[in-house]
Amino acid sequence: MSLLAALETGQVIAERSFALSRDTLVRYAGASGDFNPIHYRDDVAAAVGLPGVLAHGMLTMGVAVQPVVDWLDGRGWVSDYQVRFTRPVVVDPESGAEITVVATVAALDDEGARIDLTVSYGGSTVLGKAQVRVTPLG
Amino acid sequence: MNPELTERDFAPVAPYLVGREKVREFARAVLATAPLHHDVEAARAAGFADVVAPPTFPIVVSEATLQQLLAEPDAGIDFSRVVHGDQRFTYSRPVVAGDELTATLRVTSIKSLGGNSMITSETAMVDANGEHVVTSISTLVVRGDES
Repeated sequence: MSLLAALETGQVIAERSFALSRDTLVRYAGASGDFNPIHYRDDVAAAVGLPGVLAHGMLTMGVAVQPVVDWLDGRGWVSDYQVRFTRPVVVDPESGAEITVVATVAALDDEGARIDLTVSYGGSTVLGKAQVRVTPLG
Repeated sequence: MNPELTERDFAPVAPYLVGREKVREFARAVLATAPLHHDVEAARAAGFADVVAPPTFPIVVSEATLQQLLAEPDAGIDFSRVVHGDQRFTYSRPVVAGDELTATLRVTSIKSLGGNSMITSETAMVDANGEHVVTSISTLVVRGDES
């Protein structure tokens, strides 16, 4: 079935939660090469006035698009993706942090769709203007 | 921050060869489980030459151009005060393992806002044939002295 045929503006195409732990942060630091210590050292985070160790903004951005990629399931691809980093995600050493992603169809045209992401942590959104452009394959 | 950075020509950085295991490692790090990122056969069945990089993977490639920017002696960017403001990736085609990407930096705008500075840069990445693959657009906020 074609990617765009069954879509309607306002439709929620995916909704999912992700558990981030300190382990997730260290893994992302290694994979991305971003070794800023505010993402793994409590003492450094405190010294620069942060409420705790923060998730990399790029980790949150990277995780938040996955429900869209899974929904596409090879029928299309992400041709544009943008976010604004509006609020930090504090990752507790024991309990971690849970982020929730809701992906909604915002606009449709002949060549693809715009999917908007609402990404929340502790009841507040952490990304602004989180927009994904999807383009059908083949 | 030096406003003349917007007129500066930056040399392309050394080509980045996208490795299959690097794509898999990055995919695991962003909790990406779609078969296209991990399974070569699944990627080929969908029409790609090899495993497909997750949408935010080009940030790894643009790391070298960020270092280039920070290394400009007159840039006046104190990295300990830098916060990532926003980020965008605009693609011509997906990145797949085997791509050799050459990235070139351009500073597109420098603004001051309430004691902070905002620097927007674009890193355009082309493949071995010189064809555009993706552009990473980043705005960094450099916090002012007060706080």
